[in-house]
Amino acid sequence: MRRYFRRKLLVYGLTFFVAVTVNWMIPRFMPGDPVASMVARANMTQPQAVAAMRAYYNDLFGFDQPLWQQYLSFWGALLRGDFGLSIWLFPTPVGTVIADAVPYTLALVVPSVLLSWVVGNWFGAYAARRRVLDNTVLPIGYILTATPYMWLAVLLAWGLGVVAGLFPVAGGYSFSMQPTWSWAFLLDLLHHWALPFLSLFLVALGGWAIGMRNMIIYELESDYANYLSALGAPSRLIRRYAFRNAVLPQITGLALQLGVIVAGALVTEIVFAYPGLGSLILKAIQNSDFFLLQGTFLFIVLGVLIANFIIDIVYVVVDPRTRAGMAGADA
Amino acid sequence: MTALQEVTPQEREGVRREALYFAVRNGKLLTGFGVVAVLLVLGLVGPLFTDVPPNQYGPRPMSPPSAEHWFGTTTFGQDIFAQFVHGLRSTFAVGAIGGGIAAVIGMLVGFTAGYRGGVVDEVLNMLTNVVLVIPALAVLLIVNAYLGIRSVAVQGLFIGLTQWPWAARAIRAQTFTLRSREFVDLARMSGAGTWRIITREIAPNMSSYLFMTFILLFGGSILIASSLDFIGLGPTDAVSLGLMLQNATQWSALQLGMWWWFVPPGAAITAVVGALYVANVGLDEVFNPKLREL
Repeated sequence: MRRYFRRKLLVYGLTFFVAVTVNWMIPRFMPGDPVASMVARANMTQPQAVAAMRAYYNDLFGFDQPLWQQYLSFWGALLRGDFGLSIWLFPTPVGTVIADAVPYTLALVVPSVLLSWVVGNWFGAYAARRRVLDNTVLPIGYILTATPYMWLAVLLAWGLGVVAGLFPVAGGYSFSMQPTWSWAFLLDLLHHWALPFLSLFLVALGGWAIGMRNMIIYELESDYANYLSALGAPSRLIRRYAFRNAVLPQITGLALQLGVIVAGALVTEIVFAYPGLGSLILKAIQNSDFFLLQGTFLFIVLGVLIANFIIDIVYVVVDPRTRAGMAGADA
Repeated sequence: MTALQEVTPQEREGVRREALYFAVRNGKLLTGFGVVAVLLVLGLVGPLFTDVPPNQYGPRPMSPPSAEHWFGTTTFGQDIFAQFVHGLRSTFAVGAIGGGIAAVIGMLVGFTAGYRGGVVDEVLNMLTNVVLVIPALAVLLIVNAYLGIRSVAVQGLFIGLTQWPWAARAIRAQTFTLRSREFVDLARMSGAGTWRIITREIAPNMSSYLFMTFILLFGGSILIASSLDFIGLGPTDAVSLGLMLQNATQWSALQLGMWWWFVPPGAAITAVVGALYVANVGLDEVFNPKLREL
């Protein structure tokens, strides 16, 4: 078990290192001059202003220092929690801007991921080997997984928001309200949260249902299932054993899908103008706020790594073989 | 030796014919590839019939579908059908480029790691796991935002560079199971090199698996490209389905009730990717005798 965790932590540490290095490298080694393009986008005509801005950016990136020193100071700033200043919301530090947006993204992603995983697995396990259900769950599942997140979000916003008028289609809360801890505000928050949550939930649901259905069918064909049914065990019991085995790959699948889910959350937030990291990224791109973009990137990578580690711990708890260092430990 | 070589092609021919026999009788495969083929032909042929450039402003903005504008027009009077068929082209292009590059890298890494084993495997596996954990879209956001050059081909290239890890892992696992088979040992004993064993002995024995991996990578590339386009980092010199969705939401097609603007592009992406997934299940049934339903 210790070996298992040591390996995982090594991978995650290396990943974080690579992500930070990529983040440092891209502005420096990309073709073209990022400083020139940032200055150009500011649309200034006075040569003194251009020169001043150029000097400011060069100083900010530390382009006048040798490369290794730039790299070390980049890490130093990072470890002090200094991501630079946002250009879009000048002079707010990037860290603060991100910290304000993260609760919204988490409130959207965590429930939708967990619920879609649980409900999807349940659906898939129930539908497997039941002809009528299988014939409906399977096509719906494939359509849902193939749906781009933003398209389902747009459809829901249009159908339930604009046409039916049941839900608001923009923002995290009504503009007429101030964020307070009152019931009215919480209710309003929930009202705005419902549609983005639903669209994230639905798209992810299809994939889990299909995965679980396939795993259950695979397990029901295995020797232990055949043996149990030959002994005359009730099919409920056999299904329960099959489910416990089939859940393991689904847990690994959850870890693998995190990147896709986060990507889906980002575009869903953009559709609903939900004030999370997705909207932040949109604003950063529209305003060429590269510090904000890079800060958000690191934050997303960090979040995915932490989530991966939590899933690893859950896996150890659920699968006793990893604890004994037996087969399945490499999964 | 000569006898062996004479038998093999015939056997392969037989396997192929058997696969074809089940392929033309598999509903999922036919429906899936049918939908993809129809949309592909529409994307290839469609632009030849619409003489309007897809982004040209027209005189009749915001009109719903009619005989003149089959899919209606945008707020700027652009013909949505013209945008749609051009967008289909970019969608297939990005899928082919991104999926192709990812499949090549995935095969190179997967075969090498799986066949060589040992330290090579350790290093490649570590690399695969690292790239696997980093969320692809986040990396693509940073790269595209800084690069600024955004043609369909470059977009596809970078998508391919981030999509390969799971394919590499799957191919590595498959290679492991084939590595110790007798025919591979025989080839090794007869002095064949690593490259030859991989291309002649291992790859052909998992060709169906490789093809299915490519299909999934193709669909995945289309989905991630549409997300990038939607965030505003799409190709600047072309039309794509994701860009159409972005424009529709940006110019409040939702609030204006212009459903003909945002329904077709999303429906096309869903249809292509969903049809690919269904075709993939069909292929699995064709190649895997255990799954066949007669």
